Amino acid sequence: MREPATVRLLPDGHRLHLNDGPIDLIVDADGTPDAIRGAYEAAARRFVNILDELCGELPLLRAQASFRSPRPQGPIARCMADAVAPYRNRCFVTPMAAVAGAVAEAVLASMTKAANLDRVYVNNGGDIALHLAPGNSYRIGMVERPDHPSLFGSFEISAATPVRGVATSGWRGRSFSLGIADAVTVLASAAAQADAAATIIANAVNLPSHPAITRIPAREIAPESDLGDIPVTRAVGQLRPPEVDEALSRGERVAEELREQGLIFAAALCVQGVVHIVQSPLAIPPPLCGDGLLSLSANADDGETSVASRSLQHA
Amino acid sequence: MADVFPPDTVRCDACPVLCYIKRGQAGACDRYANLDGQLVRVDPHILLDRAKSLGTPLVPFLEREGEWDGKLMKSRETFVTAIGAGTTYPDYKPAPFIVSSEIEGVDMVTVVTEGIFSYCGVKLKIDTDRFLGPERNLVRAQGEPVGHVTTVEYGSQMLSIGGVHHLTGGTKSEGRVTCETLLDLCNGKEVALTIDDGARITVAAGKPPVVNGQQEERMRVGCGSATIGMFAKQWFGKVDEVVVVDDHITGVLSEHQAGKMLGIPETGIAIHGRRSTPGRYFQVAQPGTGWGGTNISDPLSILKPFKAKIARPNLRLLMVSTTGEHFAYYELDAALRPIEKELPESLKESVARIRENCEPALTTVLFMAGAGGSLRAGVTENPVKLTNSVKRSLTRVTCGGAPAYVWPGGGITFMVDVSRMPENAFGYVPTPALVAPIEFTLKKADYAALGGHVDYVRPLEEVLREKERQRQLSSLPENPWPLEPPESDPRA
Repeated sequence: MREPATVRLLPDGHRLHLNDGPIDLIVDADGTPDAIRGAYEAAARRFVNILDELCGELPLLRAQASFRSPRPQGPIARCMADAVAPYRNRCFVTPMAAVAGAVAEAVLASMTKAANLDRVYVNNGGDIALHLAPGNSYRIGMVERPDHPSLFGSFEISAATPVRGVATSGWRGRSFSLGIADAVTVLASAAAQADAAATIIANAVNLPSHPAITRIPAREIAPESDLGDIPVTRAVGQLRPPEVDEALSRGERVAEELREQGLIFAAALCVQGVVHIVQSPLAIPPPLCGDGLLSLSANADDGETSVASRSLQHA
Repeated sequence: MADVFPPDTVRCDACPVLCYIKRGQAGACDRYANLDGQLVRVDPHILLDRAKSLGTPLVPFLEREGEWDGKLMKSRETFVTAIGAGTTYPDYKPAPFIVSSEIEGVDMVTVVTEGIFSYCGVKLKIDTDRFLGPERNLVRAQGEPVGHVTTVEYGSQMLSIGGVHHLTGGTKSEGRVTCETLLDLCNGKEVALTIDDGARITVAAGKPPVVNGQQEERMRVGCGSATIGMFAKQWFGKVDEVVVVDDHITGVLSEHQAGKMLGIPETGIAIHGRRSTPGRYFQVAQPGTGWGGTNISDPLSILKPFKAKIARPNLRLLMVSTTGEHFAYYELDAALRPIEKELPESLKESVARIRENCEPALTTVLFMAGAGGSLRAGVTENPVKLTNSVKRSLTRVTCGGAPAYVWPGGGITFMVDVSRMPENAFGYVPTPALVAPIEFTLKKADYAALGGHVDYVRPLEEVLREKERQRQLSSLPENPWPLEPPESDPRA
């Protein structure tokens, strides 16, 4: 039986939780109470139609993107197709690689259209769309393993930067990955772009035919997966440090390429506790910093650690 | 399209994605899954459900929907655990869930949080008489030191795994591997460990340990001397001499008090090792993984030649280990040398009985940790009052609904048997530290008195209404119900 979409305020009385089937959004807006109320109502109105809209063209969205692909009808589906278009020549990719980010963007757009807000985030399971009015910023934590949320770093996005989308992909996440990254977090101009890029980079963090990596055709796990018979990563054994570096540098090369093409601003790649950062050498201050932030999770004062801004940690 | 999938694939109609879900897998939402061909909800926040039977840990959702649409479950039948509740650190704000319920007219409050523990570890009790390694030697996982060998207990070897020094005091890799090892042990997964100058073992909570590739089956029935005492009467008349080989105390029937009581004559047997009292010998061999936890594979190696003045040809000798796993039967030849013969029918029963009386060998895992300042601050504005309340048994501590033993003395240092907790109750953070559920249950009046966050107390019914993030489990029958423990539990 079709479960209705749920819309509710979280117990903190501030954040909005939207759920429909596999779509699970945490939304937080800052502004005047009237603006927030108006924005939340707009978000809810937009949200309740999203899943049906997407499912109407699911076969097309699950098919490999190519020049010959018909243009999807729905606005979110079009956003997804556009976000993956830069990659359709380099590898197998379907519009589904950008679904989470595109949904987050659509809900964000409905809110900013309805009201003037200081800042908003729409977090779709770790793929986050941001709105920042001048002078505002968000601090966002990065998660290494979605099954045990915890921070491996954090970064600040201010209105002055062009970053409005953050996404994380990895083999431990809800979606399948072809690579072995525990997490690849990408900063881009919009959430759908970040989502697609994180998927592509996480797929590239890899050690082809390494014996410690267990891969299973996607279809054997999810019969209708858009990845079909492509083997996806199910387990990664302990790797030696040079192997971790090798996998990371494969991903880094792709991330660097995407950065030079202007598709992303920065990426943090994480494999078995080792983090590599890709960002513009000119960025001041650098949006992502690995080492300094890693210490954040290592300075347990009385035996406990920081898990700040938990709502932003879903990966 | 459905017919191309295996017959136990289910199609979920909870949303328009209409996932086909294979057996053992979850749908795209991760909230519905196919458990043995049936569509079930698998949500993260775990509620223990007292009414459900043990056999159905996940509740088929249709059945549950019916129940939930009708009326809310009676408060006392549901206990909110901290598993998946989240944590507040470092905000020093009230715990994620503070739930009130009425138990026989008394308002009770349960404060539910997930604690992040760097000061934590597990104590492993491994039922084996085989030698695992010298006391104090390092225990390693993936080559990294993660713990050490502590004492030998009756029929078991204790290991200490984890602790803050391995978690955060060594190299990054040591900390990471220690954390992984603890996480796996606490979540009931199998872990391979090696002990310096000792054995390779594979252990998992509630399962028989595997020592050097060999699975332990039984604990010894007693030490060698105790075994003689228990079985002397059954051997009387069927054999002239019995040696029960044991790494701790090897027993010799004819010299043992039990043998003397039966009037069993001397046999001229002579044993290596240090004689303790008559018929009881220490250190007949080195510790090892052979007979009775010694290093021997040939039992005759612990015997000196029989004394010619006393021994006689055709004397019948049984040698058996304390678990009955190893046994051999000999008769002396004319030169008083033991010659191995087939075990006579009349003795087979006693050897089998030794085996039967040995309990199944298991590995048990107790999680031990200390609740830090900020965790206690999530419960009350004045953390020491929580400690005092726990000490005075006004506040009960449970972990995922399982009873916790709280150590006397300062702080809240507790131990819990992980096999009494729901599956996968533990998580980790890369500090590294373990994340474990912890619940404090006390009377609402006491909670207010100790400076509790009373403004954040929510009725159980309200928490239950947020059902989409919850998962109902049966409570384990061996656990006291967390809200209403038995009288026999002095700490309750």
